[in-house]
Parts: sequence; structure tokens; C-alpha cells
Amino acid sequence: MTPELGQLALILALLLALAQGVLPLLGAWRGNGALMAVARPAAAGQAVFVALAFGVLSWAFLHFDFSVRYVADNSNLALPWYYRLAAVWGAHEGSLLLWIFILNLWTVALAALSHKLPDVFVARVLGVLGLIAVGFIAFILFTSNPFERLLPMPPDGGDLNPVLQDPGMTFHPPVLYMGYVGFSVAFAFSIAALLGGELEQAWVRWARPWTNVAWGFLSAGIVAGSWWAYAELGWGGWWFWDPVENASFMPWLVGAALIHAQAVTEKRGALRAWTILLSIFAFSLSLLGTFLVRSGVLTSVHAFASDPKRGLFILCFLAVVVGGSLLLYALRAPKVAGGKPFGVVSRETAILIGNLMLTVAAAMVLLGTLFPLLGDALNLGKISVGPPYFGFLFTLLMIPIVLLLPFGPYLRWGEKGGLPPLKNVAVRAGIAALACAIAAAFTTGWALKAIAGTAAAVWCCVGTLLYVLKRWREMPAGRRYPAEMAGMLLAHFGVGVFLAGVLLTEALSVERDVRMAPGQVQTIGGYDFRFDGVHVADGPNWQGDQGTVTVMRDDREIAVMHPQKRTYTRGQVQTESAIDAGVTRDLYVALGEPMDRNDPEGAWALRLYHKPFVRWIWAGGLLMMLGGFFSAADKRFRLRREATEKLPASAQESHA
Amino acid sequence: MNPTRKRRLTVVLLVLAAAVVAIGLTVFALQQNMNYLFTPSQVQSGEAGQYKTFRLGGMVKAGSIQRAADSLKVTFTVIDASGAMPVEYNGILPDLFRDNQSVIATGRMDNARFMATEVLAKHDETYMPKELKDAMAKAHQGKTINEAAAQDKPR
Repeated sequence: MTPELGQLALILALLLALAQGVLPLLGAWRGNGALMAVARPAAAGQAVFVALAFGVLSWAFLHFDFSVRYVADNSNLALPWYYRLAAVWGAHEGSLLLWIFILNLWTVALAALSHKLPDVFVARVLGVLGLIAVGFIAFILFTSNPFERLLPMPPDGGDLNPVLQDPGMTFHPPVLYMGYVGFSVAFAFSIAALLGGELEQAWVRWARPWTNVAWGFLSAGIVAGSWWAYAELGWGGWWFWDPVENASFMPWLVGAALIHAQAVTEKRGALRAWTILLSIFAFSLSLLGTFLVRSGVLTSVHAFASDPKRGLFILCFLAVVVGGSLLLYALRAPKVAGGKPFGVVSRETAILIGNLMLTVAAAMVLLGTLFPLLGDALNLGKISVGPPYFGFLFTLLMIPIVLLLPFGPYLRWGEKGGLPPLKNVAVRAGIAALACAIAAAFTTGWALKAIAGTAAAVWCCVGTLLYVLKRWREMPAGRRYPAEMAGMLLAHFGVGVFLAGVLLTEALSVERDVRMAPGQVQTIGGYDFRFDGVHVADGPNWQGDQGTVTVMRDDREIAVMHPQKRTYTRGQVQTESAIDAGVTRDLYVALGEPMDRNDPEGAWALRLYHKPFVRWIWAGGLLMMLGGFFSAADKRFRLRREATEKLPASAQESHA
Repeated sequence: MNPTRKRRLTVVLLVLAAAVVAIGLTVFALQQNMNYLFTPSQVQSGEAGQYKTFRLGGMVKAGSIQRAADSLKVTFTVIDASGAMPVEYNGILPDLFRDNQSVIATGRMDNARFMATEVLAKHDETYMPKELKDAMAKAHQGKTINEAAAQDKPR
């Protein structure tokens, strides 16, 4: 009975979403206040019913209701409760339910925090979000119903895919979806602005904090995914340029461009049309990401069994969203280039170059990701595009950004002639980068990537710190670092940390697959790894072999590591790597396979890795995430009404 | 030419040059890194001859996996309905690698043997990559593929 309640709740949510999507937009068009007022209650009601459906599914998982097909497929009696809860979004149907649930969270937050905005505008934004919700709830109900019954009811269920049984995986999808779905808010703002013809700066200021938060979540989600791949897939890589990873990376790139373009539009009025276009792209790429992951059209290490009908639905949805919004854009986008003019050496120019590089990078990733589909359609054969394509082009495209990054805060809006301070910065950061690069050259034995990484990281970090110092000296206490600026500085510093992590790891990692008999010692990166054999270990829903590897340096014991090879209840095999984490290096051990199946106590194939500075990659990503959150918290964004009133001239023009 | 026009011309030329460089680099990078997928029977009929590295897709022949006693060298045979190709790999095979499993190996030919540098099997035991299924279907139209390998449906 209960699962049907969930189904019913979803149907009611669909009806409310229809009301939320259609009536307020009509009201805004006709100037009917009553219809516009439907938006908030409809959004709240929809959120209640979706939450109910989500709760019902979670309840079914927690209480082993195997009469629900989705529950039976993805959990069993032996699965611990926390993974049963995570299993709610462990496969297709539930993850879509999570998607829509998060969309509702965003919508409700927006409805609650938007009382200071004009009613017409709010009605349009919530209406657009309602339409998106209609699409997704219909998708769930018609193609991927999580409450479908399975009769007769099996005594025990299947299993949650073992690679998903990991703490990293429990929070990776929700956080990633917070980011994906968050871009729908920026998208709704842009569409509302196009519909209302409000192409002045005001709406951009309202949209900015939402975009920043969404981008922050997306950064966190990608970091979590990368870390999970590192720890769980068992071969110690942190990024594979895999289609599914690219799917989350493209909206991130466009989102990064978007938050910078929004700043220009808000402060200077320039690049308005571009900002709107970017928010359409960011959301479309989020949808494309969902499509790529869920349709299985591309070969991916993350791909799961899938259903072509679903892919078709998302593809149609995507066509409607992209086509519709681009049509609207073509009809309503500002025809005349607006905003204040800017000189060649100005913050606008720097941001524009950065934007260009980020969007071209996103286009490049899109081309590489979809190229196999293209090749298939043109009958070129079965093609895949190797990771070096992405690595090579992405590095080239990011060089200008890295070079410009320290100057960003020093450059002034619009003005010409800010050269002298820039020279100072360039000289100081340049000397620091050069000195550290030379030091790196001698300590790493002229590893080119390590030298480049050190130089680039020091260049970014020192450049950013110099600006921190300048503010500290020149501004009175309390006004030194407004949240918006603090966020920017944190994120830019994060870029430096990230660069150091990536290039040093790439240059200095030692990865060795070896055959080891118990007692044997291998020396890697100055550490002695002693293999102490394998014995049997059991978990709640798996049996496994657990190896013991003792790591020593200069005869001092550093770590005792326990990599595992697990066999889950349904026979799926899963490698659990053992990682000894550190600030300057990770030690990584994974069990390969026994050399002789009949003698698991004997010799094994092992992966032994020494990965210097690998944590810095994720630390950099987390700093960028913090940057997004900090910026969004700026007081300026909260004093909206007052701020609008102080700009009567421009604001009124827009409403005229 | 007046100064405004001159400036615009410079901008247009710069944009054009940048676009040409960008497209050139992209095409170059794509060409360098495109990998084609072939099944054993396609390789044996010579279709892969012109490519130095390519991907070999098919099923692991039951009972063909053989390990060296003193190193990580492993040999196995990848088959489709009408062809078979011996593969040699040095390293650790993925968790889901076993008999009758669909795999994709990247590497090059060395005489009649495929030297793999990377072997992929999938997360999900019932999953078969769409491109592999298509390639195998194309390689032997009209013939049936082993049922176990052909199933690609939601669990």
C-alpha cells in the first residue's frame, strides 16, 4: 500500500508543478496578481509531495520492501542501513527522484528568500522552475517509476552495485545534483528576464548568489566524484576524461565563465546578452550531463545498464529546453550592445579573455565527448577519443587564464592605464615563481611538469596573496575583505593549489604493478613496502581477502595497510584500496589477483603507488567551492531592495 | 583606410587567425587520439591494418586465460562469433575480467598477437557497451551472438 502512496504523491506533485509552471506565467503576462500568487503555494505543495514520495521510497528501502522492484534490485537483507539509504539514489529511478527533490529544495529556498523582489519577476522565475519540474516528474512517472511493483515478491533482493558501497558515493550524487540543478535557478532568472524584457542589471544581482552557490556545490560534487574514483575504482587515477566525468565538467566550466560574466553585467551593464546565453548553456549542459549518464550512448567506465527509451525522452526534453530558450533569446535578447565602455587594460577585458577560454574549453570537451556519436552517425566507424586530446587542448586553453589570474583583482573596471601596479605584481610574483621553479628543478631532477606546476602554482598563489597584503595595508579594519572579494581570492588561491596538485602528482607519481610473495619487499619513492600475506576477512554483506602491507622508511614503520578484495553476495568482485593519506604524499596499495587461484595465501599481484601532493588537487577544488559560497554570502546581495532604489534611473528605464 | 576601419580589420584578422589556430590544433589533437574499435574477425579480415593502435572488443574465450608463473604477464583470447585473437597483457586485470566477459582492450598488433596496454571490463556485470554490441552485430550480420554477451538490459 505504502509504495502506491509514493506514486500518488508524485502524481499530485506533477499536477501542482503544472499549476506552478503555467498559472504564474499567465498571470505575469496578463498582469493578474491572483494567478501570480499561485506560484509560492504551488511550489511549497509540490515540494511536500515530492518529499513524501522520497520519504516513502527511503522507508521501503529501510524496511526491505522487496515487492518494490527498485528496492529489490538495489538492496538486500545484508546491506547495512546507511547503504540502504544511499541506495535510494544508487540507480536510475531513485537518482531522478533525488534530482527533482533537489529542484524542489532550490525552488522553495527561492520562494522563501525572494520576498524583496518584484512579484512579476518572482512569478516568472518560479513558473520556469515549475515547467522544468513538470518535465522531470513526467519523465519519472512515464519512463522510470521507482514505485513499480515486483510480483511475486522475492525473499531477498539483489544488491547495490558494490562500487557504490562507499562513504564517498553516499554524498557524491546529492552534492553534484545540488550543483546541476542549481543552474536551473540561474537559467530561470535569465528566462524570466527575457520574458519580461528586464535587461538591466538589477536581475543579475539577484541571480548572482544563486549561481555562485550552485557552482560551489558543483565543484564539491566533482571533487567528491574524483576522490571516489581515486579510492574506489582501484587504479589510483583522479580524472580520466571519461564521458561521465566530462558531463559534470562542462557545466562547471560554463558556470565558472557565467559567475564572472554576471559580475561584469551587474557592475557595468556590459555583456548582458552573453550572460543570458551562458546561463542557458550552463543549464543545457547540466541536462545533457543527465542524458549522457543515463542513456548509455557512450562507452564509459561509469556507464551502467540503461534503457534507450529514457534517453530519447531526455533528448526530446533537452531539445525543447535548448530550442525554446534559444528561440526566446533570439527574439528578445538585447539587440544593442549595452553597458559602459571599457579600455583594453581593464577588468572587463581580463574577464572576457577568461570567459572565452572557459567556453572554448567547454566546447572542446563537448566535441571530444560527443565525437564518438558523431563518428557513428557519419559512419566513420567506432571511434573513441583518447584522454591526451583533452589534456593537450585543455592545458593550452588554460595557460592564458593562469597567466592573467594574479592581475584580476588589481585591474579596475572600465579604466585604462592601470599599468604600474600590474608591473609590480608581475615582477614580484614572477620572481617568486622563478625561484620556486628553480628549487623544484633541483629537487625533482628536472621533471618538466613539476617545474611548470610549481611555477604556475606559485605565480597564482603569490599574486593572490600580494593583493591580500595590499588590502590589509590600505584599507581600515572591517572593510578589508568583503565576502564577495574574499570568495574571489579564496577561489583564485584554490586554482594555484589545484595546479600544484595536478602537475606535481603527474610528474612525481610512481605507480608499479608487481608480483609479490609474502615477506617480499619493494621500494617505491623511498618507501619500503613489505607484503605480509593475505588472510580471509568478512564484512556484513561480503566475504573477502584482506592483504597486509607494512610500509617502512629508514627502518621506521610508517603505516600498516589493509587492501581488500571483496566478493559481494551476488558474486560481484570489488577492490578496496588502502590509502595512507598525507599532506605531501599518499601511499596507495590495491590487491590485484592471486597468482594462483588455489593458493590465496601465496603470491599476489599488487598495485603499489606513491602519489605526491595528490590531496592538493581536491584541496584546490574545495577552496574553489568555498570561494563560491563566500561570494554568495556578501551583504550586498541581501540588501536588494535598497540597492535597486538607489539606482532609480537605470531601474526605471528597464520597467518602462 | 580610416583608423576605425583599420582597427576593425585588425580585430577581424586576429579573430580569424585565432580561429584557424584553434581549429588546426583541435583537428590535430583529434587525429592523434582517435581510437577505432574492431572485433577479432574485423581485425583478421584486415580492416585494422592501417591503424597503429586501436581497440579490440569482444568476449573472453572460456578457459583461455593463462598467467605466467613469475611475472604479471597474462594471455587470453578474445573472440566474436567468427574470429579469435590472442591477446597479451602485462599488468593487473580489472575486477570484472573473467571468462565470457565482454572486454575492450587498447593496444597494437605484434605479428598475429594483440599487445594490450589497457584492458577494460565494466562496472556492471550485465552491461555491454553499446558500441561493442553494434560492432559485433556488424561484424557478423545474420549470425547470432552468444546470448550471455548480448544482453544489455536494465537489471
